[in-house]
Amino acid sequence: MQEENDDFLEQITSSEYKYGFVTDIEADEAPKGLSEDIVRFISAKKNEPEWMLEYRLKAYRQWLTMEEPTWPNVQYPAINFQDVIYYSAPKQKVAPNSLDEIDPELRKTFEKLGISLDEQKRISGVAVDAVIDSVSVATTFKEELSKVGVIFCSMSEAIQEHPELIKKYLGSVVPATDNFFSALNAAVFSDGSFCYIPKGVRCPMELSTYFRINAANTGQFERTLIVAEEGSYVSYLEGCTAPMRDENQLHAAVVEIVAMEKAEVKYSTVQNWYPGDKEGKGGIYNFVTKRGICAGDHSKISWTQVETGSSVTWKYPSVILKGDHSIGEFYSVAVTNNFQQADTGTKMVHIGKNTRSRIVSKGISAGKSQNSYRGLVSVAKNASNSRNFSQCDSLLLGDKCGAHTFPYIEVKNNTAIVEHEATTSKIGEDQIFYCNQRGIDTETAVALIINGFAKEVMNQLPMEFAVEAQKLLAISLEGSVG
Amino acid sequence: MLKIENLQARIEEKEILKGINLEIKPGEIHAIMGPNGSGKSTLASVLAGREDYEVTGGSVDFLGKDLLEMSPEDRAKEGLFLAFQYPVEIPGVSTTNFIKTAVNEKRKYLGQEPLDAAQFLKTMKEKMKLVEIDQSLLSRSLNEGFSGGEKKRNEIFQMAMLEPKLAILDETDSGLDIDALRIVANGVNQLRSKDNAFLVVTHYQRLLDYIVPDFVHVLYKGKIVRSGTKELALELEEKGYDFIKAELEKETV
Repeated sequence: MQEENDDFLEQITSSEYKYGFVTDIEADEAPKGLSEDIVRFISAKKNEPEWMLEYRLKAYRQWLTMEEPTWPNVQYPAINFQDVIYYSAPKQKVAPNSLDEIDPELRKTFEKLGISLDEQKRISGVAVDAVIDSVSVATTFKEELSKVGVIFCSMSEAIQEHPELIKKYLGSVVPATDNFFSALNAAVFSDGSFCYIPKGVRCPMELSTYFRINAANTGQFERTLIVAEEGSYVSYLEGCTAPMRDENQLHAAVVEIVAMEKAEVKYSTVQNWYPGDKEGKGGIYNFVTKRGICAGDHSKISWTQVETGSSVTWKYPSVILKGDHSIGEFYSVAVTNNFQQADTGTKMVHIGKNTRSRIVSKGISAGKSQNSYRGLVSVAKNASNSRNFSQCDSLLLGDKCGAHTFPYIEVKNNTAIVEHEATTSKIGEDQIFYCNQRGIDTETAVALIINGFAKEVMNQLPMEFAVEAQKLLAISLEGSVG
Repeated sequence: MLKIENLQARIEEKEILKGINLEIKPGEIHAIMGPNGSGKSTLASVLAGREDYEVTGGSVDFLGKDLLEMSPEDRAKEGLFLAFQYPVEIPGVSTTNFIKTAVNEKRKYLGQEPLDAAQFLKTMKEKMKLVEIDQSLLSRSLNEGFSGGEKKRNEIFQMAMLEPKLAILDETDSGLDIDALRIVANGVNQLRSKDNAFLVVTHYQRLLDYIVPDFVHVLYKGKIVRSGTKELALELEEKGYDFIKAELEKETV
């Protein structure tokens, strides 16, 4: 009976990563390897002003002096940084003035991914910046947004059109010197999104960037910067997919958020990079530095992430709570299956007075994967009346996976209240049978239980994406209970 | 409705059911009693389709279909319900959400439209009254932190929502105080009809005062050794299971 059960489970759709296709399109590429020449090549390709080139070169020289960190709880073969292409952009015949002029192949790609580049189809009313490989190919609703003063464009465009803002804020939250990968990113970053919300404006629609890696052997280094002036509000969503390949690809992005007094920024990510095949071959290395600063009093930054892809995920979206009464939140569901590895979490740094932070982390491990939560709650000497609540829950599916928790708490002010709760559990056969006996088949039962487990985090996602994210959770874990 | 012929089953090399014969017709209530280890819960589990148990012989016909060939979820959708002796907890999944999924899966199977939120709520309110269960309990995670009585009442509530053809109550009375027992029994009695049937597995006579059976069977060492009416249950209560064992010994001599 047991063998039948196992066979049955194996036969269940070994969920094929349905975004694994490759788009056949000509690309403009730099030669392999990294050197000062390549940095200049990239800057020249983008027609960047002198000050931007200088920024890159300075970061590159910094990077040369740094060593790749080895402390995370993940293993991967050494990356040969010279064996990577640092620039690849899909060739477009002309710079598109309107969405109609976008290469049809590219349009088809995004349709397949379910991303609507069509402004006429106002189904979701979400503005989209579509980035393939190193280049932003389209940003929708730009005009409408500019009417209320909201700037939403590619980073490349922002460097040209809004240099004063870029000069002021780029690198202000994550300087090039911060870590090995942020230095690399500052040197060779390709593209990403820039959002600027002026004083008192509540951004009228969700903003989103969709990242798609296409070319082989390339590294992806996006750079995103969001600046929210006093009293403003924006909800931003990031989605990511990549084709199935045997080789690993590096994705080292940097996201910076600046929130002024009484501003609120909600940043959500649904990450579905190619996770590698069942044997652990291939897949994206997702090494990302994300940080927000609550610069003004009463400001708020929330990070929500659903991480289901990547071969190795290494990221800690963090909030620096500088302003008094500022609030930082981190909600995460990280799923690992087969041979995936994740070392993810957050850092909440309490500096101002009366600051609050909330961390809810749900890790789901299946197959032979390893899932680690690493979090830091730090309260500075003068950060009086700080309050933190952290909850880390792990769900193990099967007996060959691992869940680990590394919480760090550093408190230097004795009026702080820091709470930490953690649970570890598994889906029991009894629970599955109970559902079966009520007419619910095993797959539906697992999806039900997993969604119940992740509910608190999923509830944080903007409605449009919550449904997709729920489906994604179920698909990532198909066939993993047994 | 249910016809069990010579059913044999074992778990991990140990033979538990050694040839069960039983027939249940619509409208009937059958009680199965027996000492510990006789195979009562095994019978319930095997009928529900628990994979730990291996069926080694015999057949079970349910509404004209081969029950043993069906997956547990299909058996449920055909109308088989098991009220568990030890209902599990499922954190994060509310009872409401759980039962709604179950109800709609069954409706899908039967080619019916799923219930929308309003219809579902209406049905829920009716059935809640049956087992005196209130809303707050249902919006909590399934069985999480429920007392023994609350868990058993939740089982009967689910039974009321799913309207099975054959309901197996596996020692539903264990761990219940008099009041809880009365509520559970009352719920079951209200759900009785000429179209459905119940198989009540129990240790004690007491439950059968409230849920009056048409037939009582005594299970001993994996076989039904005596069958009778509700009087048999009273006799057992008076004389204990030993008298059955003694009679059996006499017969074999």
